[in-house]
Amino acid sequence: MTDASYQVDAVHRTQTDASGLLLAADGTPLKKKLREALKVSRRRAFLLVAPLLLFIMASFVIPILLLLAQGVKDSTFSSIMPESTAILSEWDAKSDPSEEMAAALVADLISAKATDRSLATKVGTRVNREVSGAISLFKKTTRKASKMEAPFLDALHATDKKWKDPAYWKAMKIASQTITPAYYAAAVDKKYLADGSFVDQPEDRQIYVKLFVKTILVAGGVMLCCILLGFPVAYLLAHLPARKANLLMILVLLPFWTSLLVRTTAWIAMLQSAGVLNDIFVWVGITTDDQRFSLIYNMTGTIIAMTHILLPFMILPIYSVMKAIPPSHVRAAKSLGATNWTAFWRVYFPATVPGIGAGGLLVFILAIGYYITPALVGGQDGQLISNFIAYHMQKSLNWSLAAALGGILLVLVLILYWLYDRIVGIDNMKLG
Amino acid sequence: MAGTDGSNDFVVFDQVQKSYDGETLVVKNLNLSIGQGEFLTMLGPSGSGKTTCLMMLAGFETSTHGEIRLGGRPINNIPPHKRGIGMVFQNYALFPHMTVAENLAFPLQVRKMSRGDTRDKVAKALDMVQMGEFGDRRPSQLSGGQQQRVALARALVFEPELVLMDEPLGALDKQLREHMQYEIKHIHERLGVTVVYVTHDQSEALTMSDRIAVFDDGVIQQLAPPAVLYEKPDNAFVASFIGENNKLSARVDSVTNGVANVTIDNGDKVQALAVNCGDGGNTMLSIRPERVLLSPDAPNRLDGKVLELIYLGDHIRCRMAVAGHDEFIVKVPNSSDHAALNVGETCPVGWVTEDCRALDAA
Repeated sequence: MTDASYQVDAVHRTQTDASGLLLAADGTPLKKKLREALKVSRRRAFLLVAPLLLFIMASFVIPILLLLAQGVKDSTFSSIMPESTAILSEWDAKSDPSEEMAAALVADLISAKATDRSLATKVGTRVNREVSGAISLFKKTTRKASKMEAPFLDALHATDKKWKDPAYWKAMKIASQTITPAYYAAAVDKKYLADGSFVDQPEDRQIYVKLFVKTILVAGGVMLCCILLGFPVAYLLAHLPARKANLLMILVLLPFWTSLLVRTTAWIAMLQSAGVLNDIFVWVGITTDDQRFSLIYNMTGTIIAMTHILLPFMILPIYSVMKAIPPSHVRAAKSLGATNWTAFWRVYFPATVPGIGAGGLLVFILAIGYYITPALVGGQDGQLISNFIAYHMQKSLNWSLAAALGGILLVLVLILYWLYDRIVGIDNMKLG
Repeated sequence: MAGTDGSNDFVVFDQVQKSYDGETLVVKNLNLSIGQGEFLTMLGPSGSGKTTCLMMLAGFETSTHGEIRLGGRPINNIPPHKRGIGMVFQNYALFPHMTVAENLAFPLQVRKMSRGDTRDKVAKALDMVQMGEFGDRRPSQLSGGQQQRVALARALVFEPELVLMDEPLGALDKQLREHMQYEIKHIHERLGVTVVYVTHDQSEALTMSDRIAVFDDGVIQQLAPPAVLYEKPDNAFVASFIGENNKLSARVDSVTNGVANVTIDNGDKVQALAVNCGDGGNTMLSIRPERVLLSPDAPNRLDGKVLELIYLGDHIRCRMAVAGHDEFIVKVPNSSDHAALNVGETCPVGWVTEDCRALDAA
């Protein structure tokens, strides 16, 4: 038997086990063998990304999850005031506050004071979010708590008349819940009541829903402006001779290489009432010196500056898509009898939609969470939801509300992403 | 050949010149008449100006000088979409966001044809290229050959009198390409449409064309039917571009009655058909490998030494050293008369005077 015929023989003698699975030469199932063979390369791939994965988990994913959890979880009250928490959870929030509740409150306050004087203030601050005047009430009560004697309900009433008002007890009941929908309710202008129902916030305190709507409208407006301004530029970039296109590309990318802060402050210099743009308007005669346009510290300024800053994110995806459209497509359309406009609208434009979609989604998502630019050039009128999230993080220190607002924003973006996937298809998106 | 139904100058290039940069002419003084119903191929190496000519005819490039007429009407200033010329592109240029049927309906829709007529014509055109069942597919779901058929159907569906094809088979593999050549040829014969076809593949040109215009350096080197082009090339470029050719450089001693007496560079004296050579100047002798005779009683006899033999089934390709040239190729039919060649042997080589053409020395 020659060598060649022996090899042919070996190839054809594949083995199978009882259930018909293919076996490798040593008798183990072929699939298992393949998994083993791939294991090494899979492990190597995992090790290569492991440092980045760890970094992102530790610095990004876990903190975000913890913060988001704050939106529904608040243990300030329940950890400092354990006895009250236990009794308040049994209270139906309709009958009058009982002597046991009062006793538990006083006991909790005494033990809190013994641990740390500031703890009672923390509790007061938490309750104050539900009903105003609670901070001073708690401070005062804590001061006198150690001297109180039974019956504690009367002692409390003697300390401050506010304790006769069931609103404070109801507020404590709300605050005592560790898992609470109160913040998410507040983030959509609802008030969570002690009996578990929701009511609208008073008219003058309904700000967040309007703010979400405004933020979405601004982001949508900026996206539209970017599409209108970016599409022709991308077209020019894709169709100019290489040398001119490169120069233009540098001009497009130049803002990318400049700090966001610098660009935003540059817009202040441009747009303010004594700024360059208004000077030109006056000089040309569009307006007079005493009637300069207010282009900044309002919505106009926010939209102008955000459009400018986000424009490259629109141009680049559209450009890369246009670059890939063969010129023969438009030529074919024309040779088939289409006018320039028909060839553009029916053949060229549909081919650019994935780029517009990608750029639009990118700009919209960036715009919906924009913070620095509205903060600097937005004034009172041009503030967006992220500015309020920052306010609650830094000034009011109501992190739970900030987390709830952020959570809603996240869900909004995910919904948009899902919609985009349904309508356009994520696989159609081209970022470059 | 030209003009199955009348007019011999359906498409006319009249002294057309084209320059892109104002310094060099890509097309130099082109004069060409194409008859109605003719299949004319523009053949040439890349950069020879053939595609530019096609683009000028389609309207995507404007001529720098001269006039192009279609059916007697100057079309220099008519935009492409009003010329009514069908075009098939190298990469098919099917619209990816439309189905096959929508692609075909496009030219009919822009012509504001009614829905019913559109549907009928699309169905008919798809059947013509045997793609009737693929109307609902997207171009990306089709193979290269199928896309090519659709592109062809789309260029024909609005019944243009002239169809341009810009290397339409360039992206297909060899077997499919040959198959499509016949198919295009048959469709042309059936519809009687005028076709201007651009390619750099000579076998494609020889298979399909009524006439071939061989382009080089912006000039038509020869315009002739395939057989004439192959058998009787006018100059050295055409001789070497179309088919395989043995070239021997020589000097013309005298020309009598159209026969040139020449001296090959190594001193051998032979006779050749005087085609494109002066009296007393340098010339290039051109002879097809299959026209070389390997017998001691052939005219114009030289000695050849066999250097290499390649067995190709139907014939044997024999590389020989003849008159100082090492690349002299002889195609020996695989028949019993010619079995006796061996590498290293010397054997007589000759040709009939009419088969050897004395061309320009370029």
